[in-house]
Amino acid sequence: MLLEIKNLHARIGEKEILKGVDLTIRAGETHAIMGPNGSGKSTLVHCIAGRDGYEVTEGQILFEGKDLLAMSAEERAREGVFLAFQYPVEIPGVSTSYFLKAAVNAIRKHRGEPELDALEFLKLIKAKQKMLEIEQSFMNRAVNDGFSGGEKKRNEIFQMAVIDPKLALLDETDSGLDIDALRVVSDGVNKISRDRSKGTLLVTHYQRLLDYIVPDFVHVFVDGRIVKSGGKELALELEAHGYADIEEDLRAGV
Amino acid sequence: MTRIADDKFADVSNFATLAKSRSPLSRPWLDRIRTQAIARFGAVGFPSNKLEEWRHTNVSPIAKTVFTPGRHTGRELTPHVVAPFSFRDESLCEVVFVNGHFAPELSSLSDLPDGLVIRTIADAIEKDSKRLNEHLAKFADINDNPFVALNTGFIHDGALILLQRGATVEMPIHLLFLATPGKSPIASHPRVLVIAEENSEMSIVETYAGIGEGVYLTNAVTEIVAGPSARIDHCRLQQEGEEAYHISTTQVHLSHAAQFVDHSASLGAHLCRNDLNVTLAGEGAEATLNGLVLIGETQHCDNHTYLDHAAPNCPSHELYKHVLSDSASAVFKGQIVVRQIAQKTNAKQTSKTLLLSKDAMMDSQPALEIYADDVKCTHGSTTGPLDEQQLFYIRSRGLNVEAAKHLLTYAFAADITSRIKVDPVRRRVEEIMAAQHGLPRDLRIQKAAAHDEPVRA
Repeated sequence: MLLEIKNLHARIGEKEILKGVDLTIRAGETHAIMGPNGSGKSTLVHCIAGRDGYEVTEGQILFEGKDLLAMSAEERAREGVFLAFQYPVEIPGVSTSYFLKAAVNAIRKHRGEPELDALEFLKLIKAKQKMLEIEQSFMNRAVNDGFSGGEKKRNEIFQMAVIDPKLALLDETDSGLDIDALRVVSDGVNKISRDRSKGTLLVTHYQRLLDYIVPDFVHVFVDGRIVKSGGKELALELEAHGYADIEEDLRAGV
Repeated sequence: MTRIADDKFADVSNFATLAKSRSPLSRPWLDRIRTQAIARFGAVGFPSNKLEEWRHTNVSPIAKTVFTPGRHTGRELTPHVVAPFSFRDESLCEVVFVNGHFAPELSSLSDLPDGLVIRTIADAIEKDSKRLNEHLAKFADINDNPFVALNTGFIHDGALILLQRGATVEMPIHLLFLATPGKSPIASHPRVLVIAEENSEMSIVETYAGIGEGVYLTNAVTEIVAGPSARIDHCRLQQEGEEAYHISTTQVHLSHAAQFVDHSASLGAHLCRNDLNVTLAGEGAEATLNGLVLIGETQHCDNHTYLDHAAPNCPSHELYKHVLSDSASAVFKGQIVVRQIAQKTNAKQTSKTLLLSKDAMMDSQPALEIYADDVKCTHGSTTGPLDEQQLFYIRSRGLNVEAAKHLLTYAFAADITSRIKVDPVRRRVEEIMAAQHGLPRDLRIQKAAAHDEPVRA
């Protein structure tokens, strides 16, 4: 089992955001979480990635059987969790090349692998650049500094390709992308997640992304919980009827 | 109250006696300037915290210390010791001063291009007195600042740089002021006069550094006069010793369409106070003031900048960034005066401070005085810790929290250094920053930014 989330409750300050999330992801699976704004989708991926300020009050998250909640954000990353941000952060003054090399080597060190030297690193990124249609000049620019929305998202997926995580968390990766950029980014994700040892959890608002990245499972997230799960056809259903029907059913149920 | 007065007179008389006992090179006009200045200093003494301009910087430790004049015998330093502060291979010429005295054995001053005159002040007093008299002490006012009066009273060495009309010098001119403190405190009062005639262009770097341990005072005054359409890029690198007091005034006068860029980096000294005063006296003159302060422990650094918009259509851009760790404290006071005549002034001032410790203190105050009606003046100031989102972003890639902090601190400061156009200076500051944070050199971004690019980090 790659990821097991059991009865996860979490809050930010006094506000309870996650109200009992159960989710299991096996190697080779792609899961999509869809839900209305403010339902807690992003909170869930941030809890998995280990962002400070989110207090887990109940439940657990196991990653390959290990207690993820006991680890710092960097330890989780080194274990193989990767979060592609909805709003990638700009770090002016630090080159993408340096940043990525430091990241790759921190992870390799953790795994007991030798660090990559400049040449080996260059070889690694060249291959990934080709895959994601990224120009060489990208590496010499500061991390996300002055990048367009599309470039930032592409950079996230590029970083993911270079870092090669076991579990990819994609937080609204499609937001702010035009159709061409969406295609490039999706192709990248598909190439990476083709590896059957990996799992992907993507959070999205729209069905659109799922035309490109086809999920094995779709979960509907409402008010801090998964209220409905199904196959990829569930996304189409949502697209046609919106979340209103589900929310109504929920209210009727209560 | 009485104590301050007692201190003042004790120490003022100490300096006054010193000034009288040693004026190695004399000219009647210069003696007059010195005498007036020391009289002024004697009358006002060291500034107390009661004065608005000195409210946050306490110079009483300087007033209480008995300093003797710094000496230079020629045997203090070897090129090897000087190397970390030198730009010898990357500058047009390097004029080195040790404890305030010209050090020919460490300097390289040959083969200057046509149109460029560089002399030591001591040499100019002797051989170029007329030209010196024309400009020296005409801009830095002894009545504005007691330390300017003190420096002026002690004028005996430093540098005179004159670039003649239309001349362009590409490589930077480096003035390196070294102190070699010892058991008893020493003081030096270096003086620099830069004259850039019409449509000339040059880069000047001033470095102030200490070698060895001990208490000393550097009290420097630099006057820069830019003629019409002259372009001056001025870098000031302060790397004084741990126990040093560094006081400076840079007084700049800009004529019609002159362009002046100042990059100041304050990294050293126990106590540092820089006054940078720029008068935009001619229409269309432009000033860019960028400053970086990186201090820790119990260091204190106070930057006062004064932009006097005294002519129409002058843009000015100002960006100061502070990184304060441990119990360091800093002051930034950015004064902008727009006179009634200075219509269409466009002045932008930004101050950003990164507090790396709860004990660090920053006092950032913009002060705008606007007497013209058709002007654009903006100012902004932020002070705070590292950005949580950025920290999380870096940690989510596997780097530990310490590494993330180092990287972000570096990036914050690099936003300033990337604007430095004098490449060796930029490289030096960035290498010092990288070393402070245990970072390698290869994280530098190759592309330099414009002087006045929007602030990002």
